[in-house]
Amino acid sequence: MSNHFNIDIVNPEQSFLSKDNVFEVVIPAVEGEIGILKDHIPIISFLKPGIIRVFSESEEQSFYVEDGIVEFKDNTLSVLTSSIFNLKDADKNFVSESISSAEAELSKDNIDDQKRFLLNHKVEVLKSISIN
Amino acid sequence: MPSLDDLRKRITSVKSTQKITKAMKMVAAAKLRKAQENAEKGRPYSEKMNNVILNLSKSITDKENAPKLLVGTGEEKVHLCIVLTADRGLCGGFNTNIIKKAKIYFEKIISENKTLKIITVGSKGYDQLKRQYKSYIVENISFKESKNINYFDADKVGKIIIEKFEKNEFDVCAIFYNKFKNVITQIPQEQQIVPLNEDKDDSGNDNDYEFEPDEDEILSNLLPKNISTQIFKAMLENSASEQGSRMTAMDNATRNAGELVDRLTIEYNRSRQAAITKELIEIISGAESL
Repeated sequence: MSNHFNIDIVNPEQSFLSKDNVFEVVIPAVEGEIGILKDHIPIISFLKPGIIRVFSESEEQSFYVEDGIVEFKDNTLSVLTSSIFNLKDADKNFVSESISSAEAELSKDNIDDQKRFLLNHKVEVLKSISIN
Repeated sequence: MPSLDDLRKRITSVKSTQKITKAMKMVAAAKLRKAQENAEKGRPYSEKMNNVILNLSKSITDKENAPKLLVGTGEEKVHLCIVLTADRGLCGGFNTNIIKKAKIYFEKIISENKTLKIITVGSKGYDQLKRQYKSYIVENISFKESKNINYFDADKVGKIIIEKFEKNEFDVCAIFYNKFKNVITQIPQEQQIVPLNEDKDDSGNDNDYEFEPDEDEILSNLLPKNISTQIFKAMLENSASEQGSRMTAMDNATRNAGELVDRLTIEYNRSRQAAITKELIEIISGAESL
């Protein structure tokens, strides 16, 4: 018996990634990272800035996401996100721009704790990308 | 009776108009293909989004404390209408059809003594509505600068709507756009987005979802996104419809111009022949009288 399931990543413009031979996906859910294997119970959650890692037999892919919703049901994982890119094609300029804009946002006084936490996290993740 | 010279001028002018309409048709056809592709590519996102919301709203038990974007404010006094039209004309009945549909809705709202607020997206809609409904238009948005439809633009409109909702400026929100059926047919649509009209199918699809964090929090995060998504979907459909409509209109115009050229050519030839005959008669009768 195979332990594979399907993954669909869509953004508003198009279907970003669609695979049917993944055996593990790690997603940065808002309350911590979740690793999803086959026959996980149905779950709906949303994402914080972070890295989605998709493991299939042949390769491992990593994507950076900023926000989004995930739904797992009937062995299909759907990820809806408006901002995603493959770490392999990461644009250095874009990353550093995002870092500086997030930092600028952070320096404002009128943001609440939750937002501050998300922004801090975003900066952290983006920085780790730019090092690699 | 126009002179030969006049006729010749008219034929040339109709012919050059025909060239323009033909070129516009070609451009519209090329753009249509792209727009159609985009509309199709964008569909999975909005469908999935709808599914998730449907599943979520099913599992909400406490209807009274549910987010207002889902269940409404409990009143229906102020209606906000988003009219999505094109920025450019020369596309047949495309803009007019949306406006017509919207006007019926407006009249209904006004006759029921409810408050009407209008946001127009796209300059053509604003131009057509400002004469009659100027006092109701609260905002006029146009994306003339952006070449392609993108989510970012739709999100801007979505944020305006959310902001207004949070300030309690409206109770019900509907959007008007053209749904792309095929190149010849575009159907003007009226869709209510706040409160969300759920398709009631209690097919007992009781998936016990695990929610993280809880349902309410997810919903309140998701619903604003859904509004932007719906707007984006409408914009994609609209752009495909616009190009389709323009293509058909320009095809008709090219054909009409062709007919006109044929008719004018016959008239031109006839009057040319008449002039020749007249001259011949004059020469012959002149020779006879000698």
